[in-house]
Amino acid sequence: MSAMDELKNQPLVEVRNLKKYFPIKKGLISRVVGHVRAVDDVSFAIRKGETFGLVGESGCGKSTLGRTILRLHHPTGGDVIFDGRSMNAMKSRDLRALRQEMQIIFQDPFGSLNPRFLIKDIIGEPLRVHTKASSKEIEERVAHLMSLVGLDPARRNQYPHEFSGGQRQRIGIARAIALNPKFIVADEAVSALDVSVQSQVINLLIKLQKELGLTFLFIAHGLNVVRHISDRIGVMYLGKMAEIGPSEELFRHPLHPYTAALLSSIPLPNPEIKRERIVLQGDVPSPANPPSGCRFHPRCPFAQERCKSEVPALTEVMPNRQVACHFPLVDKAMGIGGK
Amino acid sequence: MAERVLEVSKLTAGFPTDHGFLKAADNVSLKIDRGETLCLVGESGSGKSVTSLAIMRLLEYEGGFILDGQIKLHDEDLTLKTQEEMIHIRGKKIAMIFQDPMSALNPVFTIGDQIAESLRLHQGMSPKEAEKEAIELLRRVGIPAPEIRIRQYPHELSGGMCQRVVIAIALACKPDLLIADEPTTALDVTVQAQILDLLRKLQDEMGLSILLITHDLGVAAEMADRIAVMYAGTIVEEGYVKDIFANPCHPYTQGLLQSIPGFEGERGSELYTIKGSIPPLTQLPSGCRFHPRCPHATPKCMQEQPGHYAVPGKDHYAACWLHDPAGAANEETGVSRE
Repeated sequence: MSAMDELKNQPLVEVRNLKKYFPIKKGLISRVVGHVRAVDDVSFAIRKGETFGLVGESGCGKSTLGRTILRLHHPTGGDVIFDGRSMNAMKSRDLRALRQEMQIIFQDPFGSLNPRFLIKDIIGEPLRVHTKASSKEIEERVAHLMSLVGLDPARRNQYPHEFSGGQRQRIGIARAIALNPKFIVADEAVSALDVSVQSQVINLLIKLQKELGLTFLFIAHGLNVVRHISDRIGVMYLGKMAEIGPSEELFRHPLHPYTAALLSSIPLPNPEIKRERIVLQGDVPSPANPPSGCRFHPRCPFAQERCKSEVPALTEVMPNRQVACHFPLVDKAMGIGGK
Repeated sequence: MAERVLEVSKLTAGFPTDHGFLKAADNVSLKIDRGETLCLVGESGSGKSVTSLAIMRLLEYEGGFILDGQIKLHDEDLTLKTQEEMIHIRGKKIAMIFQDPMSALNPVFTIGDQIAESLRLHQGMSPKEAEKEAIELLRRVGIPAPEIRIRQYPHELSGGMCQRVVIAIALACKPDLLIADEPTTALDVTVQAQILDLLRKLQDEMGLSILLITHDLGVAAEMADRIAVMYAGTIVEEGYVKDIFANPCHPYTQGLLQSIPGFEGERGSELYTIKGSIPPLTQLPSGCRFHPRCPHATPKCMQEQPGHYAVPGKDHYAACWLHDPAGAANEETGVSRE
């Protein structure tokens, strides 16, 4: 087990100061008048074999971060080190080869499958693009993949519309694991599914991770789902990482005031528990014109003068726990805080 | 005895198709008292929205109609009204808010115009009075600087703000009943918390009855007095929120509650799943509609549809043969219908 643990602590993906700005264009000649800072100087690492959960509200940049890591967006700045290799230093041919090792599962099981393709062609496409397998080999592999994700291989000659939402998501998963990737970004992979179907897909993802030794970046806004599946969680707010920590501890003792507010606003499926809720005022500001200093300060119940001017850096305040806040809720987490 | 605001009995509604009449809501009975919140919980395709559209008599505009049953608002049967008469009931006595606030608002009219519309139609206010009232309403739903906001268009407001405007429009004429169809599903959790708080506050102030439609059991636990669980067009269980969560009696409710990943419990463990998926309305199973997915299904479940049987708890019913008092395995629970 210790060898396994050691393996687990090696980073597979290291994100270094990653930035992605989208230009805002105006007028006839498309003058650039500003930038939406979707991902602004984010650094973290995902260890081999772990599931890293990424949470945050809509517009916080979590999907952009996932896609920029995969180079589906070209980063404005920063670098991603994948398995010890810098992606900035790679030529486009190497990058294409690298794509076999990282895949993505999309949110919308309806929009992400080509309606004119047969299921076997959808799942087999990455094999045709990246390998020199014969059509017979591809056929066999597709059948194997389908049974692996719990679909009947006899249905491989059907079209996507003949499948339900949960089954389509399984098709998307089969396509993602077709090339035996090391790393999979699951971008809101279960968010569009109903509760009873969602739990089936979550179980499937956990099973595949154990069997195939996958590393996941699990992006979602459903916090209870993220807690269930993730080893560590990163909380994003307005393009910045606010907090990173092990799931259990982060949920029990959030360090960043935003994490605390986010966790307290989830309605619990238990009418007996009455929690003290931190209701945040106002809305998430626009990432085109983020507030100065700490980006959370206009909505933060603990904001002070310093928060308005100084951007807090993501620092390790307790073992394994990083937070970007001048006044993190450390006392509570250590159990010293008074009531 | 509390004042009964809405009583739906044996409502069957749906859509005519080539394959015959599709009963999207089949034999649905609901009741809501004054100041009470009833949550209609179910997954997609369970008939929650069709039920609410039928109550509003908006189903006709979607190509469907009410086949059978009564919808009584106080003493009036809404199924007997003409659409002309409904115009004076919708917005005035019953109001509705929808899932997507952006598409519920008209993009070419200002916020102020849209709130004033129902005030002028139902209460005959002058434009001046209506504007004043609109500002007051916006203030009540927690929109800062309402004097400026009424001149703005929906695209200038965020999703949460738009939902507040929709709530202001819905409450403009002080309705008795508010139907909220997934009002927070399109919103982020922190904004959802604000909107739910607002609905609760307004309910206390106005003695409003709310029919809240949601798929989120967390929202239901927080908001509901009573819960009705729908599956494939029928209500499978109904009861007070405490009973439903502490002692769910229908296997579907039990499965639904167990499949939510919780905040307690072991991480990464296998979640409970209900096998299979929701049947399409064109291929409803015979007998109890849940039987192909039910772990307790018996031959009887495949043949006969169960009635609503009383189960432990106040006014708590489940539509499952397991709770049939006539069944040999189950004792009479002693709770009878009113």
